[in-house]
Amino acid sequence: MRIKNHPILTFPVQEEIEFTFEGKPVKGLKGDTIASALSALGIMTLGHSIKRNRPRGFYCAIGNCASCNMIVNGISNVRTCITPLQANMDVRIQKDKGVIQ
Amino acid sequence: MIKKECIIVGGGPAGLCAAAMALASGCEVLLIDRSPKLGGQLMKQTHKFFGSKNQYAKWRGFDIAEKLVSDIIGHPKLTVLLNSTVVGLYRDQVITVLCDEKYSRYQADALLIATGASEKFLAFENNDLPGVYGAGAIQTLMNMYGVLPGKNVVMVGSGNIGLIVSYQLIQAGAFVSTIVEAAKIIGGYKVHASKLVRLGTKILPSTTIKRAIGTDHVEAVEIISLDENYKEVAGSSRIIPCDAVCVSVGLSPMHHLLSMIGASTKYIPELGGFVPLVNDRFQTSLPAIFAVGDCVGIEEASAAMMEGYLGGLYLSEYLSKSHPDHAKLVSQYEKELFLLRDGPFGQKTKAGLKKMEDAKKNAE
Amino acid sequence: MLNKDGVAGSEQIASVFPDRETLIKPKAILECFEEIPCNPCSTSCPVNAIEIGENINDKPHLHVDVCTGCGICIFSCPGLAIMVAQIRGDQAVFRVPYEMLPLPVKGDIWYGIDRSGEVLCDALIENVSFTKRQDKTAILTVSVDASYLHTFSTVRVKEHE
Repeated sequence: MRIKNHPILTFPVQEEIEFTFEGKPVKGLKGDTIASALSALGIMTLGHSIKRNRPRGFYCAIGNCASCNMIVNGISNVRTCITPLQANMDVRIQKDKGVIQ
Repeated sequence: MIKKECIIVGGGPAGLCAAAMALASGCEVLLIDRSPKLGGQLMKQTHKFFGSKNQYAKWRGFDIAEKLVSDIIGHPKLTVLLNSTVVGLYRDQVITVLCDEKYSRYQADALLIATGASEKFLAFENNDLPGVYGAGAIQTLMNMYGVLPGKNVVMVGSGNIGLIVSYQLIQAGAFVSTIVEAAKIIGGYKVHASKLVRLGTKILPSTTIKRAIGTDHVEAVEIISLDENYKEVAGSSRIIPCDAVCVSVGLSPMHHLLSMIGASTKYIPELGGFVPLVNDRFQTSLPAIFAVGDCVGIEEASAAMMEGYLGGLYLSEYLSKSHPDHAKLVSQYEKELFLLRDGPFGQKTKAGLKKMEDAKKNAE
Repeated sequence: MLNKDGVAGSEQIASVFPDRETLIKPKAILECFEEIPCNPCSTSCPVNAIEIGENINDKPHLHVDVCTGCGICIFSCPGLAIMVAQIRGDQAVFRVPYEMLPLPVKGDIWYGIDRSGEVLCDALIENVSFTKRQDKTAILTVSVDASYLHTFSTVRVKEHE
């Protein structure tokens, strides 16, 4: 959910950026990270834990915790909370350790 | 390898103030931060700051960040590297920097570490469910990206960060129904607490979260009361609906770079965990390496700024480029730091610093 | 109890209110009950009515006779712990800090809220001040029945029914 009105901060209107999540076209805003765009869309599950397949979501927002690791443009373990969103990114939920390309 | 007179790792309040003093003393400074903007956590602070004039009291955090950045930016002797993570530190003051998937090396005559802190976590059932966030993450989402993580939030922890983030959540349009605090009394400033309570938030001392409830995201939490020995009070379980849980249970100093090179560290709980041992001039056990701010002990940003100014002054002195007003400025900032710690909230830091003194004596 | 639930006790509150005769003129009410390192209330007061002294951890002391009720301390206090109160006939008139949206407009009737967040009464919004100098802390002038002098703390919008 985007914050529209804030008593202290102003969030200037930004242009939309189209990308895909699990193959479906979705939109974020210029200035977003991948994870902030997904969070604004209400998408909470960004990955699954390797052994027990538990859902993983946004947690630290500074690239520390690995909870938001996703597959972006085919590359695994992208820390989506610190990766700027770019047009046409292919963003997918990661369920395994990932493979070095 | 690129040589620099001094390198400062971390562009938060401590690093920015250190850079200002080093530049004012005539040093050449390379300032490195892993985020896309300077300012550290100050960037996310929307509230007016405490302290006195010398710590920019009554300025909002993001305005202080802007001021500290404008104090140094454009200085001919300053180089700033953003989106750059220092991933290696060596005893000859060589650092390895990772930026845009490329590594580069720099060597400094003196280094100052101002890496700040990272958030502590809390063990409870389902603490990995989506919808459980660190307090810093919520601040980043709300105040940097304008995204609200939930509409109905339960806060875990009533220290100043928990209280401030709760207030910021309400300002952003969320409802914070409950703040649970395991200790018997509220941890942070009572003025922050009162401000929230009159907005409708309940603060529950001697209470903690037992588990988060939900299948693929948080839908509620179970909270329990704690007795004198922090054990569960039978029959005290309650379920509180919510769509987000914010964990704000303290910070740990980011000592890791210093540990990498074997600088003396010690576990001092009053300072937040493992900290490098520094002398009165913020010098670690490796003489060319200084450390200031939260990475030497968790305090308010106001103290981090004062330590930053002092660290910058001592670093310049070490490089034989003492600031023309070195003695005067040192005594001014030492006094400010003393005053910041002189009340009840400073007691913990003072106790921690005493332990640091003892540890250094034992080491000798 | 302030330490446990964030609500100051009635005696604590009574201790920072001058008597009713004094409140014929507006006076600052400093709800700062804890020693914290902070002094902008004192340094921003144009008439030196708020004293903290050399140790910025000391609690502020108001020289009631000196205070003009100008309200600069309201938006200078980072803890939003200062209001200005005045008795006007059978009404208590407050100026309180407010940092939420929506802001009320002059003439609105909002709820008057006590220090534990409960609804007390109706409150008439007499003025809304939002100057640059206040740095985004609005100051609302609010009147309520004078019987709420020691219990009123802030206002809350009435939900649309």
